[in-house]
Amino acid sequence: MKRLVLQRVLAGVLTLWLVSVLIFVGTELLPGDVASAILGQSATPETVAALRASLGLDHPALQRYGLWLLHFLHGDLGTSLTNGRPVSEDLLPRLYNTLFLAGYAALVAVPLSVLVGIASAIWQDSLFDRAASVLSLASVSMPEFFVGYVLLLLLAVKFPLLPSLAAVSPDMAFSERLYATTLPTLTLLFVVAAHMLRTTRASVLAVMGSAYTETAILKGLPKSWIVVRHALPNALAPIINAVSFNLAYLIVGVIMVEVVFVYPGVGQLMVDAVSKRDLPVVQACGMLFATAYVGLNTVSDVLAVWANPRLRHAR
Amino acid sequence: MKPFDDQGDLFDLPLHKNPDRQSSHISQSSHISRRQFLQGAAALGASAGLGLIVPASAFAAPQPKRGGLLKLGMGGGNTTDSIDPTLLPDWVPLNQAYMLMNGLVEIDAKMHAQPELLESWEAKPGAAEWILKVRKGVVFHNGKTLDADDVIYSINLHRGDASKSAIKSSLADVTEITKIDPLQISMKLKSGNADLPYLLSDYHLLVVPNGFKDWSHPIGTGPFVFGEFTPGVRSLFKRNPRYWKSDGPYVDAVELIVINDATARTNALISGQVHAINRVDFKTVDLLKRSPAVSIVRSSGGQHFTFLMDCAASPFADNNVRLAVKYGIDRQKQLTTILRGYGSVGNDHPIPKTDRFYAADLPQHAYDPDKSKFYLKKAGLSELKVELSTSDAAFAGAVDSAALFQGECAPAGIQLSIRRQPADSYWDKVWMQAPFCMGYWGGRPTADQMLSTAYKSDAKWNDTHWRDPKFDALLLQARAMLDDTRRRELYREMQLMVSDDGGAMIPLFADYIDATSSKLQGATPHPLFNFMGGRLAEHVWLES
Repeated sequence: MKRLVLQRVLAGVLTLWLVSVLIFVGTELLPGDVASAILGQSATPETVAALRASLGLDHPALQRYGLWLLHFLHGDLGTSLTNGRPVSEDLLPRLYNTLFLAGYAALVAVPLSVLVGIASAIWQDSLFDRAASVLSLASVSMPEFFVGYVLLLLLAVKFPLLPSLAAVSPDMAFSERLYATTLPTLTLLFVVAAHMLRTTRASVLAVMGSAYTETAILKGLPKSWIVVRHALPNALAPIINAVSFNLAYLIVGVIMVEVVFVYPGVGQLMVDAVSKRDLPVVQACGMLFATAYVGLNTVSDVLAVWANPRLRHAR
Repeated sequence: MKPFDDQGDLFDLPLHKNPDRQSSHISQSSHISRRQFLQGAAALGASAGLGLIVPASAFAAPQPKRGGLLKLGMGGGNTTDSIDPTLLPDWVPLNQAYMLMNGLVEIDAKMHAQPELLESWEAKPGAAEWILKVRKGVVFHNGKTLDADDVIYSINLHRGDASKSAIKSSLADVTEITKIDPLQISMKLKSGNADLPYLLSDYHLLVVPNGFKDWSHPIGTGPFVFGEFTPGVRSLFKRNPRYWKSDGPYVDAVELIVINDATARTNALISGQVHAINRVDFKTVDLLKRSPAVSIVRSSGGQHFTFLMDCAASPFADNNVRLAVKYGIDRQKQLTTILRGYGSVGNDHPIPKTDRFYAADLPQHAYDPDKSKFYLKKAGLSELKVELSTSDAAFAGAVDSAALFQGECAPAGIQLSIRRQPADSYWDKVWMQAPFCMGYWGGRPTADQMLSTAYKSDAKWNDTHWRDPKFDALLLQARAMLDDTRRRELYREMQLMVSDDGGAMIPLFADYIDATSSKLQGATPHPLFNFMGGRLAEHVWLES
């Protein structure tokens, strides 16, 4: 177990380093640089050159990457090339926002979809099962910005129950924050619930077809008891995988929801930074997203091993 | 247009509220009857000459109210923004900069230069040397009193080799700035420029204390004092209690929320979360107008869209080909489709109807495929195959406009292929380089600035590579001229030259459209930019 964790962490660090190289190379390959992107239409060769020099962009690429890596290893994310502020100053409040929204959405979505998935498995082919299937498939087939706009129209404009803007600020009270982020959370619920719900249902049902469940049925146990006591523990691994996949998505993939609800998360920061070629910011966001993915994957793998006695006590 | 509230037959239209800001211009306060006003408004609306605000309350001279938190929802902000006056890359930092700082010269709603931190100015004969007087008794947010050194330092941020300023090239003609005494400055130019006050009105020319550099916490003399600022997200600035202008600010604080998505912006206004939004989507203006709680502020100005033909390369080196293109576009249809009518048709020169030197009598280029064919034939071509590079970076709706043009110019024998280019490197890699591409100009306060920026042979942004020594000579001659009548003739001639010979096809002038909640009062059109030329926050007030 310990060895597995160690292996996974080392592989994760290596992945992060590769990601940082890829991001750097990718940003370098894009046409134009931060100087021409900042000056935009008003750029002249002279002003671009002056800006480039003042930002240190006239140094060779390898040197700039090495310098960035050195600072990064010392915990210094550097300074934004475009607005001159420390990257952490822009990133940390947004990271908090992103985690807040992801946490809020996960707290609602994970229990809900796992429970509905189990219920669907217990009452397979019932009206409830079919309704859950249709609803979840429909919601996952619609793009999230569309779901967002429909919810906005219904809950903010037609029946003004919730605010249309989720523009949270640091001085907001916790309850205000919850209220402001309810609409984006609902939208995310529609997007992520389907996958977890259907995985839960499918993996529970797969186990239900096995020989030992049949024995349990022949023994005369009630169906719900069989599902919860015998099928669910053996179906946990794929469920944990689906949950961690969706948690990672909630952290790194909600840019559309951020745009629709004007939510200051990390996604918007990264998109802006890429379009302006602001390398330190792009790197910081990239590292963050990669860490979230790698970390959650590691945790889910470890949990899957833990949930499976055969793997836990492997010889 | 919505019906006006009945406010009685006579109402005041005070143009200047603050007497000490009129030292160079005479105050005009006129009383006009409601009927006269409506007639005038209808005429203006028909010609789309001037912007019109919809609610009557703005014209009824209601008393401004003090207090409240003003909330603005604005598009045009990025997490990469900074309030460095040499950059100000988009609408949000421009507005934030005007909240914190003042300019040297202000352009009023009639496009006249008004004193701001410069109290007055005076040209020596020939207009190559100017004496600028700094306003007395103005105090910065940090308690320092404004003097000539601050002004000189602030102008010099945009000059010199190390400067990265966006207006470096427009100040290239300034050769020397010297202090005469603590409140007087002498400015020398390479050649005469009668429009110097307009040049000094540029929104980048904002004044900070001498030696100031901390752009993450700007200090100015502006109506609001720096508070919180998160680039691309929001800012919260508090009212400056020591502000030197007496007509504002009325609100206690202003919160600016960046909302780049046009739909989200509209929703925020309708659901009452903000008091005003800028850049209303042309497609939704008519729908928004139906809401009784919302008013539309429409400003016509110099913003125009361009189809740029490279005059230095084939096939557009031949003016006949350029004319074929100019007659091959249906401007009226472009106006109703791309702008839903919120703008006016252009005549292939960049001077708007709001400019004091606009030549109203030039023949208008209209859609005429036969004429196009005639000019193609004159150029020795039976048909023209050409590629147009475009992107919505050029202007919102550029790709649609290109597709529309493709259909329109086909009967004229022009086979257009459209090449969509990536938006984020459009200005860097396509504009000024592709032989046929699209672009826009936000307009300039004077004809001289607009023509010098993009049409003079040696201009940095001569984006059509059009060169005409006669035009250059006229431009320099008109620039130094202090006599307006003769000047007008020269500008007419230049407009004609650009229209008939220049490389830019300019089909449309687009209005600036803002929307405000009925709680917000005092918002009026301004030909320069959205949001009263970027200075809305200091002029409006909130009704409870």
